[in-house]
Amino acid sequence: MTTATPRSGATGPKPAPPPGRPGAPARTDGVRTEVPGPRIGPEPMTGAQSLVRSLEEIGCDVVFGIPGGTILPAYDPLLDSTRVRHVLVRHEQGAGHAATGYAQATGRVGVCMATSGPGATNLVTPIADAYMDSIPMVAITGQQSRPLIGTDAFQEADITGITMPVTKHNMLVTDATEIPRAIAEAFHLASTGRPGPVLVDIPKDVLQEHTTFSWPPEMNLPGYRPTTRPHGKQIREAAKLMTSASRPVLYVGGGVLKAEASDELLELAELTNIPVVTTLMARGAFPDSHPQHVGMPGMHGTVSAVAALQEADLLVALGSRFDDRVTGQLSSFAPHAAVVHADIDPAEISKNRRADVPIVGDCKEVIVDLLEAVRAEREGGGADGGADLDAWWARLNQLRETFPLGYDWPDDGSLSPQYVIERIGAIAGPDAVYAAGVGQHQMWAAQFVKYEKPRSWLNSGGLGTMGFAVPAAMGAKMARPDDVVWCIDGDGCFQMTNQELATCAIENIPIKVAVINNGNLGMVRQWQNLFYSQRYSNTDLGTHKHRIPDFKLLAEAMGCVGLRAESKEEVDRVIQQAMEINDRPVVIDFTVGADAQVWPMVAAGTSNDEVMSARGIRPLFEGDELAAGVDAIDEVVERALEHGEDHDANGGDAR
Amino acid sequence: MMHTHTLSVLVEDKPGVLARVSGLFSRRGFNIISLAVGPTEQEGVSRMTIVVAVEDLPLEQVTKQLNKLVNVIKIVELDPGASVQRELLLVKVRADAAIRSQVLEAAELFRAKVVDVAPEALTIEATGTVDKLAALLRILEPYGIREMVKSGMVAVGRGPRSITAAAVR
Repeated sequence: MTTATPRSGATGPKPAPPPGRPGAPARTDGVRTEVPGPRIGPEPMTGAQSLVRSLEEIGCDVVFGIPGGTILPAYDPLLDSTRVRHVLVRHEQGAGHAATGYAQATGRVGVCMATSGPGATNLVTPIADAYMDSIPMVAITGQQSRPLIGTDAFQEADITGITMPVTKHNMLVTDATEIPRAIAEAFHLASTGRPGPVLVDIPKDVLQEHTTFSWPPEMNLPGYRPTTRPHGKQIREAAKLMTSASRPVLYVGGGVLKAEASDELLELAELTNIPVVTTLMARGAFPDSHPQHVGMPGMHGTVSAVAALQEADLLVALGSRFDDRVTGQLSSFAPHAAVVHADIDPAEISKNRRADVPIVGDCKEVIVDLLEAVRAEREGGGADGGADLDAWWARLNQLRETFPLGYDWPDDGSLSPQYVIERIGAIAGPDAVYAAGVGQHQMWAAQFVKYEKPRSWLNSGGLGTMGFAVPAAMGAKMARPDDVVWCIDGDGCFQMTNQELATCAIENIPIKVAVINNGNLGMVRQWQNLFYSQRYSNTDLGTHKHRIPDFKLLAEAMGCVGLRAESKEEVDRVIQQAMEINDRPVVIDFTVGADAQVWPMVAAGTSNDEVMSARGIRPLFEGDELAAGVDAIDEVVERALEHGEDHDANGGDAR
Repeated sequence: MMHTHTLSVLVEDKPGVLARVSGLFSRRGFNIISLAVGPTEQEGVSRMTIVVAVEDLPLEQVTKQLNKLVNVIKIVELDPGASVQRELLLVKVRADAAIRSQVLEAAELFRAKVVDVAPEALTIEATGTVDKLAALLRILEPYGIREMVKSGMVAVGRGPRSITAAAVR
């Protein structure tokens, strides 16, 4: 519960606590838990002051938000707070994604604030985004005064009703004395168990009310008892399978990052010699440079990672959720594999794929226990120490060598987007933080930047929210001011949330933005190219044709440095130039070719067995000639359509 | 295999909790056959009895999702063989002087009570299992049912054990 642990503030006016672990220690009592910390109060004050004091005591150091009518009372004491810095954003969506970026980069709870009505509804997208990606976030919204609730008053919206399906929990505070408890509970719920967003809605008259503030409050959550300690019997069962399987894979998801279990994962992988795949949400949980890393699985995963899952006889799923973008057609996913599934959320286990060994628990505790159990299993099981994985490694190594990630330079002589992203990763290195939007650039950023460390890759995986990158990078830079933060964005995404660059420029948050400008909604265009007979309906944004907007000028207009690169020769120079600017944000317009595509690809609704390493090449599909030609894709598309897959509706990556 | 399941759900008595529970069912694509909610012997704790028709695996999923709701304290599936399951029925039957005695006789057979009398209609109150109430309605139907309302199923496990005692401290 480190994130919910109040800090005294003795560390200075803007405390920068070390990244805390979001997962809770074992806590099974559930009922009436007291927040530890120094005793304060009771002190007389208003509800608004009580709110700000609560945020201070819980250890919140940054709030992203915009004031408005009903939340106004809270902004008055915020002006005097030396412990909570408020960052005035330009749109509430920016506040929400900034809170997520802050949380993803540190593991601490990200906080955003908005007024009632449109302010609150503008938070819905980032809240839904945080829900899908299990981000610890607290959203605080103003609400109309109690007597006006339900009367369709000005700027009234039933935000607790609206966000019910996309929050871990939400609450309407109807009594000012409840404010400290509500904030403590919100932070506790957001950061423990499976993390997620919690919304606290506070009516204006509750903020204005006179009350008393006491700390710590007593939490009362009788229905909330996350299981963090895994079951010993299940662990032993898993260890038995792990030491006897001949084609095992560690299928690692975002839960490993959230549990801060990267070191333990490395130890487990090296102990067992089992191949590791890291999902889109888990990039950085295991070093890309490690010889046991066989890549990212899924729709745009490496052939070796997709094949590893398909051909495995054992999947050890750690904090991953068998998302459709990973499994492809579920019925043909990993057909020979027994499944060990460890997750802190029992509802994830056997949701999509039945688990043979279900383990409910915090990933760190699970892995620590697995380490011990695997060692015990080996000692008892003979001298050779587990099954021989040589044949399995030979197969995967052969696939890695035959189908490495790669790209071709565009025929028309334009700049390769993959090259740009690869160079950013190479120059900024593994200590930088990378935030991406959604689409082709996101997939390339997941493929061509080499991640070595946890919390270095931020993206919107579940909801697929275009426009995520700029505000998320802003939040990450606020949280880790000493680290380089790159926002790798597309020209479509960038035009959704770039207004936050004004925030960055004014609030001194010097992020670096690479706009991978291919003039189009690139991923949608790729699908149109593959599945809609090259009929490019409404995907040309005109950013190439008309240079509207001119991203360099736009950046300069918002107080940033604007740069542009259009040829290979310029790429390193502008990246270096951006790396040297630390007093303001930098935006680079990388004008790249429009026709580059993301490969490999598993077409939506088809089997992972049909993964295409490039157009028409299906290395795993039996009966295929290796270079079957372009016709193969039509077959795949037909097969997809037979499965009733609607490409448009399921084009999560394509939005 | 599609089965009817009876879930007893202990929840905190807080605003919006019914919406959270019912919203979860509709969001995950489950139809609620009946839902009854009321207070328990524990202050601040309400009990919902939810009857759903689902296959076994999705039921497990919906139970797990329900358990994730912060206001949900405990969920127990009640086996019809090991629990008492009852519904309350109020039914207004056309019954003029000519057929009133026949309607009264039918009600008596089912140990139902007449709770309101008018010259041309009777209102009958009956409690029982789903099957018993269905049988009563079949008997009354020919006379003409003018209006009816059911409470939704409530249920409690047989034997001395209490599902609320251990759940709330």
